[in-house]
Amino acid sequence: MAVLVDENTRVLVQGITGRQGSFHTRLLKQYGTKVLAGTSPGKGGSEVEGVPVYDTVREAVEERGVNASIVFVPAQFTKEAALEAIEAGLSPIVLIAEGVPVLDSMYILAKAREKGVTIIGPNTPGIISPGLCKLGIMPAHVFKKGSVGVASRSGTLTYEIAAGLTRAGLGQSTCIGLGGDPLVGLSFIDVLELFRNDEETKAVALIGEIGGNAEETAAEYIIKTKYPKPVAAYVAGRAAPPGKRMGHAGAIISGRTGTAESKLEAFKRAGVEVARKPSEIAIKLKEALEGSR
Amino acid sequence: MRRGSGTAMKLFEYEAKDIAGKFGIPRPRGVVVETPEEARRAFESIGGPVVLKSQVLVAGRGKAGGIRFANSADEAYSVAKALLGSEIKGEKVLKLLVEEKIKVKRELYAGFVINRASKSYSYLASTEGGVDIEEVAERSPEKIVRGDVDPLEGLKEYEARYIARKMGYRGKQLVELGAIIKRLYDIAISYDGELIESNPLVETEDGSFVAADMKLIIDDNSLYRHKEYEARAKVPGPELTPLEARAKAAGLAYVDLDGYVGIVGNGAGLTMATLDLVKEFGGEPANFCDMGGTATVERMVEALEIVLSNPRTKVLLMNVLGGIIRCDEVARAVVKVKEKMGFAKPMVIRLVGTNEEEGKRILAEAGISSFDSMEEAAMRAVEFARGA
Repeated sequence: MAVLVDENTRVLVQGITGRQGSFHTRLLKQYGTKVLAGTSPGKGGSEVEGVPVYDTVREAVEERGVNASIVFVPAQFTKEAALEAIEAGLSPIVLIAEGVPVLDSMYILAKAREKGVTIIGPNTPGIISPGLCKLGIMPAHVFKKGSVGVASRSGTLTYEIAAGLTRAGLGQSTCIGLGGDPLVGLSFIDVLELFRNDEETKAVALIGEIGGNAEETAAEYIIKTKYPKPVAAYVAGRAAPPGKRMGHAGAIISGRTGTAESKLEAFKRAGVEVARKPSEIAIKLKEALEGSR
Repeated sequence: MRRGSGTAMKLFEYEAKDIAGKFGIPRPRGVVVETPEEARRAFESIGGPVVLKSQVLVAGRGKAGGIRFANSADEAYSVAKALLGSEIKGEKVLKLLVEEKIKVKRELYAGFVINRASKSYSYLASTEGGVDIEEVAERSPEKIVRGDVDPLEGLKEYEARYIARKMGYRGKQLVELGAIIKRLYDIAISYDGELIESNPLVETEDGSFVAADMKLIIDDNSLYRHKEYEARAKVPGPELTPLEARAKAAGLAYVDLDGYVGIVGNGAGLTMATLDLVKEFGGEPANFCDMGGTATVERMVEALEIVLSNPRTKVLLMNVLGGIIRCDEVARAVVKVKEKMGFAKPMVIRLVGTNEEEGKRILAEAGISSFDSMEEAAMRAVEFARGA
């Protein structure tokens, strides 16, 4: 088992004829992801990396039975592409683009909620269940199949920490890049909930950063639900100057909880193993897993 | 600290008010002026006491003396003369908004802001306006009316009237205030507002409402559909240091700090973590510079040049975790910039990814140390800085 994507994930690549789309289609196929169709309006009938291209998502669903999507179209067109995938009921839908207008994200996420569809991103490296399915742009070789679930707000830092876990002999069940934008589809809580119910996942690593209060609410959730699996967390941005990116009225709503220290404190209160360096995630989880044996 | 959302596009008050006017929100009669003579004429056309408001983007201009009153044309002239060209918190005053002085009965607050948690707009309104709304929220939360707007439905007219009602208004005033709140929302949607607020929104002595101040911050990522502001967004604001301005023009996420370890990384999270490690080992970062997860060679060169031209930089710490970036390209870029700039201080490069061996060989030939582990690299950089 893994969460959200596995060997049964039948993938559609939206924007498959673009430079990024075709490049990553090759890498996805190399990894063994079942890429069954691509879309590119006006280019239906062609092929990219041996994958049939359709004009519309609907055709791709009807003809190839795809059930999940990765979207490579530029930020300006991400809303259209995402809505087309949502309407077709694909889930999860991974939105790679950086720079999607926040109002577009707001609308996409509201539509997805209405349809019961999972959005990952925008501004995400995607999701990988090592050995089963990669639906993202991450370098595959740093990941290994195993029992640690990883959720992160960052890209390259996730690769760093995943590589550390792998070196320490701790494989991963699923690694999810939540996305670096202010509004994204999945929160730490959503992912903790998924990992709670996944038998294969024995421990969870959370990789947070300054801004917003997703880490604090995750900590509250861990306390409130007496989270049954060990959790370790790293929060990037302790050295960041205060107030650089705190909006005015936004700070009220998030309750002045954007700093790294606030997040680390919240995690400590929740009994989460707090790593001061990225490499400590692997050490702390190893201890926790061996201790529970 | 993230590219694309690090610096939002804030409009000047007069620009936000022009938009408000177009949407039918009542605003004080006013004129934008750039010379004392124009201020005199503005006073004459308004024909009564005026307020002269410095058009700057820094917060707290009132307390800093940027807002002053005048009771005669001569006074308007002399006040304008004093304000124009002066600096408010480091920002030069180029324009004044000269407005009729309003008879204030009560100062209100009304605004909309993007709420990360609810993934929607939230509205905030209060009868305690004219002050820092965060303070009001902390001191007397019961005086704040707040809620979320359904992104698929948008704010309804009746919801706007609920807000006005909760603020205690009835009758004609309730309808008028409700309409203003609805229009604020309409502006937010039309202009991709991260934040829109009128503070104060004034209830005048005759019982009508006037937006005495207006603030609108546009989402940077949406500027392609707001062409009128797109060009200006690329002009660095006064809040940026020269290096920050240069980095912004190059599309790099860069923040100047007080320390001495110059830092370049790929990806915001990894770069932040690099800063954190430097601190952890007792060093102080000179800057934050994120080239982006998938930086090109040109971006890399630009980033290195900016960080190395910082006089505080005693040592360079570069952290590259290559997925798509090729390490040999990174190494060549480093050597090229080092030679071009004649940078004689130590460089510590953490390099992992495609063509790693080739990259390390190129660095070694140029006498630059490279590491597999970012922690070792950060520790070494701090040691170098101490020795330097």
